[in-house]
Amino acid sequence: MFEKYLIVDDSLRSTADGFAFDARLGYYRGLGLSMIEDLAVSIDGQDAPREAVRFDEGHGALTLAEMETAYDRRWGFGEIATISVVWPAGLSAGPRRVGLTERLRVSYMPFPSIRRDEKELSVA
Amino acid sequence: MKSNIKRGISLYSFQEELFLKQMNVEDCVAFASSIGADGIEILPEQNMPSFPTISDAEVDGWKQMLARHGAHFTCYDMFLDTKVRKDREMTDEEQVESIRRDLLLANRLGIRTMRVLVFVRPDILEKCVPFAEQLDVHMGVEVHAPWHLEHAWILRTIEVADRLGTKHLGILPDMGIFMKHYPPEFRDKFLRQGARPEVAQFIIDNHEQKIMAEYTIYEVAVNMRGNTAEVAMAETLRHAPYANPKRIRDFIPYFRHIQAKFYGMTEDCRDPSIAYDEVIPELVAGGWDGTLSSEYEGNRWIQDAMPVDSREQVRRQHVMFERLITDAEARN
Repeated sequence: MFEKYLIVDDSLRSTADGFAFDARLGYYRGLGLSMIEDLAVSIDGQDAPREAVRFDEGHGALTLAEMETAYDRRWGFGEIATISVVWPAGLSAGPRRVGLTERLRVSYMPFPSIRRDEKELSVA
Repeated sequence: MKSNIKRGISLYSFQEELFLKQMNVEDCVAFASSIGADGIEILPEQNMPSFPTISDAEVDGWKQMLARHGAHFTCYDMFLDTKVRKDREMTDEEQVESIRRDLLLANRLGIRTMRVLVFVRPDILEKCVPFAEQLDVHMGVEVHAPWHLEHAWILRTIEVADRLGTKHLGILPDMGIFMKHYPPEFRDKFLRQGARPEVAQFIIDNHEQKIMAEYTIYEVAVNMRGNTAEVAMAETLRHAPYANPKRIRDFIPYFRHIQAKFYGMTEDCRDPSIAYDEVIPELVAGGWDGTLSSEYEGNRWIQDAMPVDSREQVRRQHVMFERLITDAEARN
């Protein structure tokens, strides 16, 4: 559900220590951050280490480990958040293949909900 | 016999446009009102960005907005995050407290029906009954496919309601339990994902004959060497029950709201999949006077390939509702 909308078009940019892009939650309601088990990012087919990924819905960047206990924060329905990745090599200008897999712990489902999107974005 | 069935919509129906911010909640309410579907079902965790801390000003804002369009709230869709923590499940006390939080917010919004997720345990709901009675909110356990009206899990809730003699616990049927024919929107998505047409047709034919899902899944996965799309399509049959529409009348004392699930309407305003033409006459004959609340869920089946127009789909469903209710009135 909503897979094709996870990665926001034209949002890839270089940062001081890597790169960042914007993303939406693939779910029909908002969800507490503690239930977002994983945000797996790849760039040009290369997986970013889990420790390198940061999430910020507007209240400050968190590592994925910190999100596990962020009980008072939510990723709102349809809201755009920033996902940044510490990527020492940096990104040169040009088109890049960005992949994002969201793994959600939805209480009424017997198994995790997995949403995946992959898009070609250009570094501005 | 004149029917007192009311028509409404769930904001769930407009999830595509709301998600992409092509519509806001007021656009949805204005549209619903314009087609005579003035009962509004809300998902606070979808539609209220500040959930769960909703201020009195926000509550007033919602009430005024609905009043501007001659609409009113019908139902509050709750969620229960039993797995909010990674290290353990919520305790029973935490679950009751979470449900009480939702009952309180429903009451503040002036909503008297709450959709309870089907997985919530009947013994937890029993503990919530005193709050529901005090706040005058009916807790209706969503009867959602693959559960159905006479599933033993659902009957446990009915048993609790009967034993307590309460009017504030019951059920809330989702019309997906009456899937008489396989939805064309499902088929087309699996074809786009690489299902062979003859295998897709085999699955549809088996569903049409109401063959137990596991036979079809094995046949497709093993004997037909089904690919990923074909096996996934066969597995949808596990969630595609066609419950007996004639039985819904027996449950009328236990529900006051219906989630009118649908996946797509034809241009001549018929549902090719869900047996509304069999269910609505039973509701009319039984004198049911609750709300048929549109729950369009076709977007996720077509959004990969084509634009979604939730308003048009909902409009067509309400044309069908009016026709089926009028026809049934004439017969009763």
